[in-house]
Amino acid sequence: MADEDGVRRRDFINIAAVSAAGVAGVGVVIPLVSQMSASADVLAASSTEVDISSIKPGQAIKAIFRKQPVFVRNLTPKEIAEANAVDAASLRDPQTLEERTKEGKENWLITMGVCTHLGCVPLGAGEGEAKGEFGGYFCPCHGSVYDTAARIRKGPAPKNLEVPAYEFTSDTVVKIG
Amino acid sequence: MSFPWAKEYKPNHPFMQWMDEKLPVPRLVYNAVGSGYPVPRNLNYFWNFGFLALICLTIQIVTGIIMAMHYAANTAVAFDTIEMTVRDVNWGWLMRYAHANGASAFFVVIYVHIFRGFYYGSYKAPREMVWLLGVVIFLLMMATGFLGYVLPWGQMSFWGAKVITGLFSAIPLVGEPLQQWLLGGFAPDNAALNRFFSLHYLLPFVIVGVVVLHIWALHIPGSSNPTGVEVKTESDTVPFYPYFVAKDGWAVGVFAILFSIMLFYFPNALGHPDNYIPANPMSTPAHIVPEWYFWPFYAILRAFTQDFFFIPAKLMGVMAMFGAILVWFFLPWLDKSPVRSGNYRPLYRKFFWFGLIPAMLVLFYCGGAPAAEPYVMISQIAALYYFAHFLIIIPVVSAIEKPLPLPYSITESVLGHDEGAQLRPAHGATEANLA
Repeated sequence: MADEDGVRRRDFINIAAVSAAGVAGVGVVIPLVSQMSASADVLAASSTEVDISSIKPGQAIKAIFRKQPVFVRNLTPKEIAEANAVDAASLRDPQTLEERTKEGKENWLITMGVCTHLGCVPLGAGEGEAKGEFGGYFCPCHGSVYDTAARIRKGPAPKNLEVPAYEFTSDTVVKIG
Repeated sequence: MSFPWAKEYKPNHPFMQWMDEKLPVPRLVYNAVGSGYPVPRNLNYFWNFGFLALICLTIQIVTGIIMAMHYAANTAVAFDTIEMTVRDVNWGWLMRYAHANGASAFFVVIYVHIFRGFYYGSYKAPREMVWLLGVVIFLLMMATGFLGYVLPWGQMSFWGAKVITGLFSAIPLVGEPLQQWLLGGFAPDNAALNRFFSLHYLLPFVIVGVVVLHIWALHIPGSSNPTGVEVKTESDTVPFYPYFVAKDGWAVGVFAILFSIMLFYFPNALGHPDNYIPANPMSTPAHIVPEWYFWPFYAILRAFTQDFFFIPAKLMGVMAMFGAILVWFFLPWLDKSPVRSGNYRPLYRKFFWFGLIPAMLVLFYCGGAPAAEPYVMISQIAALYYFAHFLIIIPVVSAIEKPLPLPYSITESVLGHDEGAQLRPAHGATEANLA
């Protein structure tokens, strides 16, 4: 029953059936895979407001954003000077303090408290915690050391501590997310 | 699937004959672990560890199913349900500690089993597939062990989950979305705990499936043996039942004594006190370490502290850690020596005892130590040796080594002579006469 170009009815049915099964297979896999992604309720809890009025220069607090810690740190002039004294181009993840803070609020360093290596909470935000040899943060898990601009200076972490999206809704309140 | 002299299953009872026609499961058992499976007569005690691994898997599945009857995978109550199991459930303490220490026992047994394979060249042809399936089982065991350790939702559980899923974030481009997909969120939480429980229940049965394939693949060429010389005649073998059933039974007895000492006198010796603190996403314990059986590979992960050309240190560490196990898949082809057993390979044997074993022990020690000097530097040296052992030393040694003369047969290695030998080659005869 081959027609002029040699394609038989059977060949067409075969290709159509296998193609349909393939498309159906992909269609089934999509929900099976996608169900594991973050659910709507997890995504909904994605902004938080922090009152920073009680944080004195040299102090820091840990807030919670997306169930992870955020470090809000009031830098001292000395810490700002230390951060600016470094040639940013020489760093593993080159960024200046200005790029990591809001204009006019360079003393407010707001970063995720999540080490960019494997996600531990670095020390240095709490009272009396080790700040590491660059005066910023020190991750006890695998020894990553961050400076006073929370930039990676030593150890296995590849990136600076992430700066989340945030804005100052007033002089004393920050909205993160 | 077996040697020609293997005994044939002949059921006497009419019911067993009927069964043999309809569903020959007794025949399968007879040929797999009964009188129908001839085994080399010279197996030493290291050959008991396969059976012991099966015992461990059984202990884990039985105690695990019981633990699941009392556990709830919800971050609000998971920690408490484990404590409730230990304190309030009848014999709950026994189930919980048998399961936790059973995991450690399983890994002790499996490490001996794997290193038996390294020493005696069990991975070589014609048993490559047995080896490959074994590495798959080991990877599944590591995944299962990790998932299970997260379930009590203590501090080590939480931070272990965070660090291990963090490994995936090292993958370029897709890393972070992949990590969020694995966790079902930005950090380990209820979604992660639930799916970890689901998978922790699933994977042991996948392991059972691969174990069946592992044994199936083994029974095609038959078991290896300490000489590495293949079975030639019936005098080289004895039936699995009763000989090795009895010997494995003896090994199970010794294992049961040692396991009981661990379970009843030191139930928390291999655990971490921090895991008796409920999970706190805001505070990382000062010294987080995985379970002891991950230490050698954890040390390799941490050994990479500098970027390597364009590859970030983090990705290097992750690739090296997985590579440390994936390299085992290539072992049957990296080792070109036709001689299997380390007993007849003087150079390979030296590198095994004075190279691989010390490197593994050093990595093991460093993996449990804090991430500070001198441990990082020591791990770097040991990790370097580890990879050199598989990728350079084994291929080179197998090319240049002059092996010792092999016995003509297993029978000869046991009795000193082999009367049944018929096809003795001319040059082999002189060696045998000298011996």
